[in-house]
Amino acid sequence: MTKAKTKIGRRAFIKTSALAGGGLLLSFNWLTSCKMTPEEANRLPKEWFRLNGFLKIGDNGLVTIMSPNPEGGQNVKTSMPMIVADELGVDWQDVIVEQAPLDTNAFTFQYIGGSQAIRRGWEGLRMAGATARQMLREAAAKTWQVPVEEISAEEGVLKHKFSDRSAGYGKMASGAANMPVPEEVELKGIEDFKIIGTSRKNVDGLNIVTGKPLFGIDTQREGMLIAMIAHPLAFGLKLKSVDATEARNMPGIKDVFTIKVFNDDYEKTFFDTRTFNEVAVVVGNSTWEVMNAKKALKIECEPISSSTETRSRFGRQYSEHIPAGLESTADHRTRMEAMANKPGEIRRKDGDPEAAFKRAATVIERSYTAPFLAHNCMEPMNFFADVTDEKAELIGPLQKPELTEQALSARLGMPLGNIHIKMTRLGGGYGRRSYAHWLIEAALISQKVRAPVKLVYTREDDMTDGIYRPTYHAKFRAGLDGDNKLIAFHVKAGGIPESPLAADRFPAGAVDHYLAEEWTLDSNLTVGSFRAPRSNFMASAEQSFLDEVAEAAGKDPIDFRLELLDRARLAPVGQNNDYEADRYAGVLKLVRDKSEWGKQQEQVHRGVSAYFCHNTYAAQVLDLVMENDRPIVKKVTCALDCGIVVNPDAATNLAEGGIVDGIGNAFYGELSFKDGVPEKNNFDTYRMIRMGESPKEIDIHFVKSELDPTGLGEPTFPPIFAAVANALYKATGKRSYDQPFLSDKQVVG
Amino acid sequence: MTTFNLNINGQDRQIEVDPSTPMLWVLRDHFQLVGTKYGCGIAQCGACTIHLGDAAVRSCQLPVSAVGDQAVTTIEGLSENGDHPVQKAWLEVDVPQCGYCQAGQIMSASALLKQNPSPSDEEIDSAMNGNICRCGTYTRIKKAIKTASNSEKV
Repeated sequence: MTKAKTKIGRRAFIKTSALAGGGLLLSFNWLTSCKMTPEEANRLPKEWFRLNGFLKIGDNGLVTIMSPNPEGGQNVKTSMPMIVADELGVDWQDVIVEQAPLDTNAFTFQYIGGSQAIRRGWEGLRMAGATARQMLREAAAKTWQVPVEEISAEEGVLKHKFSDRSAGYGKMASGAANMPVPEEVELKGIEDFKIIGTSRKNVDGLNIVTGKPLFGIDTQREGMLIAMIAHPLAFGLKLKSVDATEARNMPGIKDVFTIKVFNDDYEKTFFDTRTFNEVAVVVGNSTWEVMNAKKALKIECEPISSSTETRSRFGRQYSEHIPAGLESTADHRTRMEAMANKPGEIRRKDGDPEAAFKRAATVIERSYTAPFLAHNCMEPMNFFADVTDEKAELIGPLQKPELTEQALSARLGMPLGNIHIKMTRLGGGYGRRSYAHWLIEAALISQKVRAPVKLVYTREDDMTDGIYRPTYHAKFRAGLDGDNKLIAFHVKAGGIPESPLAADRFPAGAVDHYLAEEWTLDSNLTVGSFRAPRSNFMASAEQSFLDEVAEAAGKDPIDFRLELLDRARLAPVGQNNDYEADRYAGVLKLVRDKSEWGKQQEQVHRGVSAYFCHNTYAAQVLDLVMENDRPIVKKVTCALDCGIVVNPDAATNLAEGGIVDGIGNAFYGELSFKDGVPEKNNFDTYRMIRMGESPKEIDIHFVKSELDPTGLGEPTFPPIFAAVANALYKATGKRSYDQPFLSDKQVVG
Repeated sequence: MTTFNLNINGQDRQIEVDPSTPMLWVLRDHFQLVGTKYGCGIAQCGACTIHLGDAAVRSCQLPVSAVGDQAVTTIEGLSENGDHPVQKAWLEVDVPQCGYCQAGQIMSASALLKQNPSPSDEEIDSAMNGNICRCGTYTRIKKAIKTASNSEKV
């Protein structure tokens, strides 16, 4: 077990500056218009008192906590308010959770991505609860005329230590709302947590299982029209003409036109990706009518010219070259292999790798590839917009509302203050909903037809107008000396159009002679974040390769990794090694114990893999059995080090999800292209993992830790690909180098 | 446009619509019963699963004209207050992640258990293989089905 001190020491005093800002100290009446059961309605207080942007307390002691970030299935809508509630000192039963609106004055980092919501929210959420608790204590001290130090605040009750005076939070809420915001607040010690570290059920569970309208696609509004887009059929093409004569005359159709998503002179940010900048739009009364009319459009396209775009990423400018042409997967492969045989850009060099390879007793060289992937969120891309001359109201699922709001403001020429974005639950994100071009499209359509509009992508549009996980290639070389010690390691990685390399990651730091190179090839296919970008390939390639190197060295694959990590811990090579060797080793040891690694089971083939990305360490052992030549994942054992685990059962669920998703993509995930056209457009051809192919058992273990929490949306996803590959090797005697591992010729059953 | 008399969640409803309109869009667009979800439109993902009589069917491939006088049940009509044994099991196991596919999963699972109250693992796999969960909650879905199977009458 790994134990370490938190950054915030026990009884630490922290300034509340992160919380200062608008919205503090307001009190107001609140009654929502949403439907409630009579029991819920009876519990509602007569008046709410807002103590800060995150919470308000009712006169009866009920507490409403705002969940600042969008919810996309990671359970942040439960876990983030749990952190506030613990510091506030209330019973979880007395908490109502609400999705906060986008409000950059009240909240920071209101987005989900990079497994950062809990990690980056942690301190602010704790302070929000602790600040309100302090204000309640101050209010009680003032009322009872006693020093504030003599007042305790726990489980929703304020008590004076030296008398029998006590009051519920509700009684003091009004007074607390008028207290000045304290300069410093006392945070709980980890040992005093009552809610953090306990499993609490999804606050939206009942709404989900009863089919309540939680998702953007469920949005309804009086007079609302339905819109769909039609885009060029191939990447590398743009619209030339749209003949809507037939479509326009079909029943229920209001209008057909084209829109330009971004203006030509607009400097796109990193998240403003859109290859098909001009799309056709069909607007009508109902979904079925619009779907049918869309099919009747006659679209002519013409080739794009190559171009160079200047874009900015968090203020830093970069240029992106978009070549003309119709791209194909077969050509991509040839071009990637050619790049892998040429020198790349050197990103890190330790020692003298070439000399070491020359004197190595054994040199192993292997190449790995992975295809483009579509995100395939179950809720297709959609957004509601009601745009008038004065204001824009947007409702729907998105991951980075703050950035999207800025892009929309620029496109509409409307001040940020007149734009209101309401975040709904996401029917999956996985990175795809960071690129919110569809929100701008919905707004432009509403502006044009002067009516509220819900834009819905068909599944086919969702899949063929994607922002894909890039295709990648990595070539590795390892040099072993006569004692089977790893003395040289070389990685050359690249992709279309981005490189997946992280040069400072393991095994950098553990090998004397190390070389990391990268390359890229331009493309007009749009790519973007996909659950653990880049890591989702590098983990697979590197951890498969290390398995093969361990075998060549005649060592157990876990022992082999632990030896390297020992070296990195005791005498690290080079600078900027991007991992903590003891935590990395910690998850490997934990998974070794929990999986009973050394124990042989008849007909069970085991693969191990471990990776560190997105601030969390993950190690996995996958047990495979073959039934009629078909691989069945019997069990996955997984050890994780993500610091404090806020909501263990929810964390386990998310960790399980990453594993299932990874196994599915390792076996089947692939989007290929022919002459610019995605060769799959729906789930009849794009193979998604289904229940029968899912692991029969998943066993998640967390390293006990007192470190600040890190995220779990991504970390279990990258390593599982290699655990699959390494177990498949044990089962079949054949190594898997190219994803997906089960191609049509291999799939049996 | 044709007028159809439908029985949805125990209520008689009337709708004038093109006969080819799939029940999915009749439910979502015309009756605001949006618990039934659009996922693929070609009966490959199961997000739109409803009950026609006692059978689980994909409403995206069920034209309104084919329904006739068969009772239609959607997730909103599965129980009064979310207390169907399958819904209760889903809450007990805390199955959902994003939650988008879960109504369809629950409708498939409840149809399975009505027909086969004690399904084996293989029978569960086979009945649920038409429902994709992109978040990967399959092990929990299976656990919830077994929980419901072992509970009161489904």
